[in-house]
Amino acid sequence: MAKTLFQKVWEAHTVRQLPNGQTQLFIGTHLIHEVTSPQAFGMLRDLGLKVKFPQRTFATVDHIVPTNELKEPYSDPIAQEMIEALRKNTKDYGIKFFDTTTGQQGIVHMVGPEQGITQPGTTIACGDSHTATHGAFGAIAFGIGTTQVRDVLATQTLALSPLKVRRIEVNGKLKPGVYAKDVILHIIRELGVNGGIGFAYEYAGTTFDNFSLEERMTVCNMSIEGGARCGYVNPDQKTFDYIKGKPFAPKAADWDAAVARWKSFASDAGCKYDDVKVYQAENIRPTVTWGITPGQAIFIDEKMPALETLNAADRQTAEDAYKHMKLSPSTPIKGTKVDVAFLGSCTNGRISDLREVAKYLKGRKVSASVKAIVVPGSQLTAIQAVHEGLDKIFTDAGFEWRGAGCSMCLAMNPDKLVGDQLCASSSNRNFKGRQGSQTGRTILMSPLMVAAAAITGEVTDAREVFKV
Amino acid sequence: MSLAKITQVKALALAVPGDDIDTDRIIPARFLRCVTFDGLGEHAFRDERTGPDGKERAHPMNSAQAARIAAAKQGVMVVGFNFGCGSSREHAPQSIWRFGFTALVGGSFAEIFFGNSTALGVPCLTLSKDDLAELSDFVQKNPDVEVTVDVENLKVSAGAKTWKADIAASARNSLINGKWDPIADLLEGASDVAKTAGGLAYVAGK
Repeated sequence: MAKTLFQKVWEAHTVRQLPNGQTQLFIGTHLIHEVTSPQAFGMLRDLGLKVKFPQRTFATVDHIVPTNELKEPYSDPIAQEMIEALRKNTKDYGIKFFDTTTGQQGIVHMVGPEQGITQPGTTIACGDSHTATHGAFGAIAFGIGTTQVRDVLATQTLALSPLKVRRIEVNGKLKPGVYAKDVILHIIRELGVNGGIGFAYEYAGTTFDNFSLEERMTVCNMSIEGGARCGYVNPDQKTFDYIKGKPFAPKAADWDAAVARWKSFASDAGCKYDDVKVYQAENIRPTVTWGITPGQAIFIDEKMPALETLNAADRQTAEDAYKHMKLSPSTPIKGTKVDVAFLGSCTNGRISDLREVAKYLKGRKVSASVKAIVVPGSQLTAIQAVHEGLDKIFTDAGFEWRGAGCSMCLAMNPDKLVGDQLCASSSNRNFKGRQGSQTGRTILMSPLMVAAAAITGEVTDAREVFKV
Repeated sequence: MSLAKITQVKALALAVPGDDIDTDRIIPARFLRCVTFDGLGEHAFRDERTGPDGKERAHPMNSAQAARIAAAKQGVMVVGFNFGCGSSREHAPQSIWRFGFTALVGGSFAEIFFGNSTALGVPCLTLSKDDLAELSDFVQKNPDVEVTVDVENLKVSAGAKTWKADIAASARNSLINGKWDPIADLLEGASDVAKTAGGLAYVAGK
């Protein structure tokens, strides 16, 4: 019988059926960071349990690391306590830790792919909802809570129920100035922020075939914003080429067998999906959010929706959104004044994002009224960018060049909005208060749109600013 | 490890209306700067409850009803659709539970939030849209009437009214059989785990 990748990976990792009807699923790769793991190690100690497969858990530190203060102790004593707790826990239990001193630290969803830990046909769990990012490689990857982090540490398994699979096909070629970020914002706008509840999203079609792995990661990353716990792209030659030679990739003698195995996990032709949606790439334009959920989004040249066009439930959220964002229905979003520009995060903090922006940024200057920061997602990305001279292009333009981490995506470190500042952000969430100020405002967009906002001081169309 | 069988929760209720209430609103990220879950209860919905000026806002969690629930350490929170969307932070259900809520009733729940709540022994039941509106209205008008969240028989009742409710069958089984923390079951499967691991080349180091 023809099967989806989801079904094949699920079956290969099924340990047994649990008494409550759920599946005990083997988690091949477990990623941990400093925020959602310390309590799990505490529970483990309370129960007198050990880490069952220490070699299958990998750690890094990303959420709380300051990006402009590289020396310890950090000025935030709690941040220092959290990083030290992770050092102790990984040392006590023999877990590989990509610490800040290794040159390999970064956002957990960048470290996995960079190290070749993220592989097709595997199960990946992490106490972080953006774990779906790893689905770009054809893995079933999802976020878990801290109690489940404990479960994986203690047993390398989780109690889970299978998901339905929705195939989301995008075909055709994106127009210049339209990016993977616009594709996922458009999908979420169409299907809603809760449209994916109960589903894994399989992203397919010629647009995804032509995407680089980094572009695929941007899309898979935001599956959770659409309510889907995981999203994936079937592995292909690009996937294998990306992994080849990475530190944890299968070595020469094992490589061919690994590739053959990985290929076998791709969804079979003629397999059944629980739902199918099809979009045309040419119809997607640069997309920005106007509200407080990632689904409240419009094309840059559209007006924000009139309240009377919305159903009762959406209208309530929209009213709340307009009030928080200090924006008005039926008006253009273009021209909205921007105070901060943030380029980074596990959605758009990769080398291809920095390269694409740098290509257009040469000779341009950030508006005097905007504070612009660029935060490479990982140390390896930062090193590569410096090697290519990208850091210089950013700093010459007036961006602050920072160290690696999650930074202003969720503002657990010192990078925060102040008061009701409005941020043009390449991150993934525009929730109220998300960027560290209760009254702070976030507009999500592609990296090049962030750069355009930084230069003009307002939400604008990057295609016009940069003559794309 | 013996866990309580959670067949029903009977307690005072508080309506916290609104759809797509995300985990950043339930517990802002700055409260995730911690290595234990202790003390999270007092910060549940912190930025919804307190304005930037430090003054209390009009929010259900600031009401006398919320205080009664906090004192009793049991209560039912009646929420909207897609409650708990956003991050995987268990800090969100932990803060609600530590505040005093022992069950939630809503239109729908984000999956990770739902799983995290179940693992704490906090049932999250769903009602149809119309029934939920009726329950929410009832709760706001009758703060002294206890609401019964019947996990075993899949219904919610208050006063003379009863509504048909739902929850994932596996979560229901786990709750009513006192198996909502899965660790014991997962540990029992150890020999099967070894077998599965042995069949996976990447785990075996290839």
